[in-house]
Amino acid sequence: MLRTLTTKKFASTAFKLAPRAMSTETIVPHMQDSQPAKLGGRYTVTLIPGDGIGQETASAVKTIFKACNVPVDWEQFDVSGYTTADDTTFKQSVESLRRNKVGLKGILYTPVSSLGHSSFNVTLRKDLDMYASLVLCKNIPGYPTRHQNVDFAIIRENTEGEYSGLEHQSYPGVVESLKVITRHKTERIARFAFDFALRNGRKKVTCIHKANIMKLADGLFLKTCREVSKEYASSGIKFDDMIVDNTSMQLVAKPQQFDVMVMPNLYGNIVSNVGAGLVGGPGIIPGCNIGREYAVFEPGCRHVGKDIQGRNTANPSAMILSSVMMLRHLGLDDHANKIANAVAKTIASGAVRTPDMGGASSTTDFTFAVISNL
Amino acid sequence: MFARQHTIAFKGLKALYAKNAVRSMSAVANSMPGAFAGKKNANGNYTVTLIPGDGIGPEISESVVKIYKAAGVPIEWEPVSVTPVLKNGKTVIPDEALHSVKKNTVALKGPLATPIGKGHVSLNLTLRRTFNLYANVRPCKSIKGYKTLYDDVDTVLIRENTEGEYSGIEHEVVDGVVQSIKLITKDASDRCARYAFNYAVETGRNRVTAVHKANIMKLSDGLFLQSCQEVAKEYPDVKFDDLLLDRACLQIVMDPSVYSDTVMVMPNLYGDILSDMSAGLIGGLGLTPSGNIGRDASIFEAVHGTAPDIAGQDKANPTALLLSSIMMLRHMSLNQYANQIEKAVLKVISDGKALTGDLGGKSTNTQFTEAIISEL
Repeated sequence: MLRTLTTKKFASTAFKLAPRAMSTETIVPHMQDSQPAKLGGRYTVTLIPGDGIGQETASAVKTIFKACNVPVDWEQFDVSGYTTADDTTFKQSVESLRRNKVGLKGILYTPVSSLGHSSFNVTLRKDLDMYASLVLCKNIPGYPTRHQNVDFAIIRENTEGEYSGLEHQSYPGVVESLKVITRHKTERIARFAFDFALRNGRKKVTCIHKANIMKLADGLFLKTCREVSKEYASSGIKFDDMIVDNTSMQLVAKPQQFDVMVMPNLYGNIVSNVGAGLVGGPGIIPGCNIGREYAVFEPGCRHVGKDIQGRNTANPSAMILSSVMMLRHLGLDDHANKIANAVAKTIASGAVRTPDMGGASSTTDFTFAVISNL
Repeated sequence: MFARQHTIAFKGLKALYAKNAVRSMSAVANSMPGAFAGKKNANGNYTVTLIPGDGIGPEISESVVKIYKAAGVPIEWEPVSVTPVLKNGKTVIPDEALHSVKKNTVALKGPLATPIGKGHVSLNLTLRRTFNLYANVRPCKSIKGYKTLYDDVDTVLIRENTEGEYSGIEHEVVDGVVQSIKLITKDASDRCARYAFNYAVETGRNRVTAVHKANIMKLSDGLFLQSCQEVAKEYPDVKFDDLLLDRACLQIVMDPSVYSDTVMVMPNLYGDILSDMSAGLIGGLGLTPSGNIGRDASIFEAVHGTAPDIAGQDKANPTALLLSSIMMLRHMSLNQYANQIEKAVLKVISDGKALTGDLGGKSTNTQFTEAIISEL
């Protein structure tokens, strides 16, 4: 069923293979059955700033959207993972997402203690079945890092795998944690990866796995990806696979060899952090979670940033670029281009940079610089 | 469906738990986990099992033997082959090799090719299981004279080697739905953590950092973290902290020097990934040593491949095996020889006059080896 739906949707979409100047020009394949509602020419978007640096970076986005006259109204929910006293706000934010179908979100803190609540971030992705996580790792012009010419997309299964949440202690001191891999969910993430490659003129999809050890689970993931790749054989998109430990070694030595990568949940966590490290850190990596009905855009590296909270030093680029991806998703390409170019110009000029990029400017300085470059 | 899942899982667990119970008793008896307890033979030398391995294995093992002879290291080698044999349908290593390693309790091993075909488990896994090699030690240090994008790497990573994601307990519940069990036990976590703290004390790093994902895997990684926290109390002079896997990955890539004063300890899969990644920072597996610490024996090895394309051509670089053998010497408290040989190896590489092809030179393995001997 899934196959028919996706292909039908796909066939009806005109292909535009635009050159990719900046990571945010990336087209996210539209998976949705229903589009976000546009009322009186305006969209309502759910905003969850998140913990840590969330408030600061979200307010940067709000300020820029206002300055750019973006036709978006926010429904803001100050959910926090630091309190378990009452999850009403969290529930309200999920209901709002169900209504609006699109959201912008920072990262919510998850307690390490086994008594603490399970991750709100994971619950949200699972509840709304946003099965694909997309993270883009690309060098930013004007900001050289150790590695040059890095440009790859990480597509991560978001709803099962090691994050199944199924764990139990079968005997004191003996714990089992279940990693679940299913053919159905692997098929749809593999298709998403190939659709993404096709839409963005990419050449190769690499499946990342550990099937030499987890022969059944990762074996199923690899086998399913391989089968899906055959449906795309005529498009010229190549398919190969790589073991996750070798991948991380290759990433830090020759990251240029990667194009589109598709993988189970946990490896996505690892690879996206390694990838972020290659091009300048979590402050500049945008991302999104997407499913059939809902799409939530959030910084790709998923760090709370508690250590620098409230200091006005956070780099809002990741959040701003995520919001740019959201604007494209809403079809507001003009606004998206304007903001993306302003961010690129601000970073390239080098005059206003936050501490993570070696500068001394504040979050607000950076925000105003972006606005002046609009 | 649910009942079935539990029966299967429990069978595997019972077997594993029985093993663990035995292990924990021996851990109590031996207060210094992983410590070398070998005795000198009549000639005043230690006997060490040498597993030359496949492909380039024999050539690089020969280099080590030559250098050790020249340095006068009090070691007698006992070469054995571990080409696996099938016994009652199970992959096992030959009895001769088994007895040699059991007797000597220490071995040096070149790269092995896992034979392809039914019934063969990876040889490394077989060795791990046969000798209860519970902790894998993987130091990565930038080598002067071999330039990479990173020149300030000095990490030490200790990986739990017997369970976790590599428990091998998997099953297909219904068609297209697979469960793979990550197994974390308190015994194995304690043992690995204790080795990490000992290592920190012995190497003077005096800090241990546990890497985990206990915010998501609250029970399993939670148990690993809890074990580390408890063992930390036995070592009040060693600093202890913990770190989410996400941040560890990010930090190592951005600035590895952050971890140059700590010993990182983590479950199996994370260790597998992070140790290879660290190796990538300094130029790959050809330059990194590895040691497997076990209850019954400890095996030091080169973790790179067998390089069949250059085997027998005197082109191979023996550095990884040499550095592993130096770890072995320190494990055997032969520090003086370790320092002497290490200095010579690093000197030859930083001089850059006798480098093998993989390091951008034109010398043969023999020339590289002779250069090291002349620096001793």
